[in-house]
Amino acid sequence: MQELINRAKELLDNGTVARVLGWKAGDLPYDPEPAYFETAESLKDFVYNGFCGANLSKYMIEASKLEGKTLVCLKPCDTYSFNQLIKEHRVDREKAYIIGVGCKGKLDIEKIRNQGVKGIESIEGAEITDEADMLKIQTIYGERSVAYADAMLERCHVCKGKEHKIFDEQIGESKETKDGERFDEVSRIEKLSPEEKFAFFQKELSKCIRCNACRNVCPACSCRKCVFDSNKFDSSQKANVDSFEEKMFHIIRAFHVAGRCTDCGECSRVCPQGIPLHLFNRKFIKDIDELYGEYQAGDDTDSKAPLTNYTFDDAEPSIVGKRG
Amino acid sequence: MSIENKSFRPKIVAFCCNWCSYAGADLAGSSRLSYPADVKIIRVPCSCRVNPMFILRAFEKGADGVIMCGCHPGDCHYSTGNYYARRRMTLLFSMLDYIGVENGRTRVEWVSAAEGVKFSDTMNSFVEKIHSLGENVRLGDLRCRN
Repeated sequence: MQELINRAKELLDNGTVARVLGWKAGDLPYDPEPAYFETAESLKDFVYNGFCGANLSKYMIEASKLEGKTLVCLKPCDTYSFNQLIKEHRVDREKAYIIGVGCKGKLDIEKIRNQGVKGIESIEGAEITDEADMLKIQTIYGERSVAYADAMLERCHVCKGKEHKIFDEQIGESKETKDGERFDEVSRIEKLSPEEKFAFFQKELSKCIRCNACRNVCPACSCRKCVFDSNKFDSSQKANVDSFEEKMFHIIRAFHVAGRCTDCGECSRVCPQGIPLHLFNRKFIKDIDELYGEYQAGDDTDSKAPLTNYTFDDAEPSIVGKRG
Repeated sequence: MSIENKSFRPKIVAFCCNWCSYAGADLAGSSRLSYPADVKIIRVPCSCRVNPMFILRAFEKGADGVIMCGCHPGDCHYSTGNYYARRRMTLLFSMLDYIGVENGRTRVEWVSAAEGVKFSDTMNSFVEKIHSLGENVRLGDLRCRN
């Protein structure tokens, strides 16, 4: 982390960049938040540790409109989102100085809490330079330790790889964290009966409080005007009045990013209700892969998105019933 | 054909493209072919005009089945509209299947302006299918039921 700060200071001082976009320490040891740093002194608050899960590429949409270059720290998975935003002409590559930061899996505070750890005062082992496989957590009830892998975000267990797709320079080591297949859960649900599927999604989605956090954080959801802000639309920005609205909201939300979703997993990370929203996005990705060929959004900046493309012998919609 | 269980009248929404399927429905009418009155046709300029939300809205407002008809692939009045619609609908239907809406409640058929018989056959078989599936209790918004 010190290396990153030193380099950021250097670039600020020599005028290459006008500001740094990174994470600053929050009030608690596990809630760093995205922040701009405009002076070398302010960088004392800069942090980069296991809890810095936030994908900063979406902030570059606004930063692209500012004067001068912005130094942005992107994790390997964030670079896919950045590529996708370049492709959609939402960010300006010339206005960004990308430092590809290393990643050894990001942590989910809820997973730690779910293991019965309460009253957290400090957490050791979450630093990016730490090699420890265990997190040492000081709580008001004494010291607890949790395996790093057990506290990782779901998305890090199915990591797309630790290769930065776009960067100006790279700082920090990465560690492979993948230990699962990303479509396993989707395949499991696909095999259930319609009643079971419906019950599963009813249970998950009825938790939705329509805070719109999933939409706001999504790097692919970058429209200036959003259908969910329209008062004429049934699922406009308000609490749900019936059980259909939440389903409609989530299907539409996932459909809008189908073929553009890089599977960065931010929607599930920010959901205050813990709804596994990535299951919707991954279902679309799985279908696209199976029906129209493997496609990873954000892999490049010039390929055509599957939904803005077609071939003469695409599968007919009746294939859905035939696949079983 | 005969439909048992007269008490249940399904609500079926059919999105028909202006250039082929709507004309096909016209032809079915002028050829005196019959199809159930439960099918309510909504004319759209092209099958590509059908926003996935239209289909969800139809279900929300109490439809028991939604069918989309367009020109045969390759015959689109706007050259390529139905190719895009085909991909979109495939993904949407797959998603609806995934969240537990029976797959039989959604269908896409390509019906040209000369296929009045196909239009009537399609609608008859679709209505029959919805009859066998029964009322759409999963996605209907209860307030909109009378």
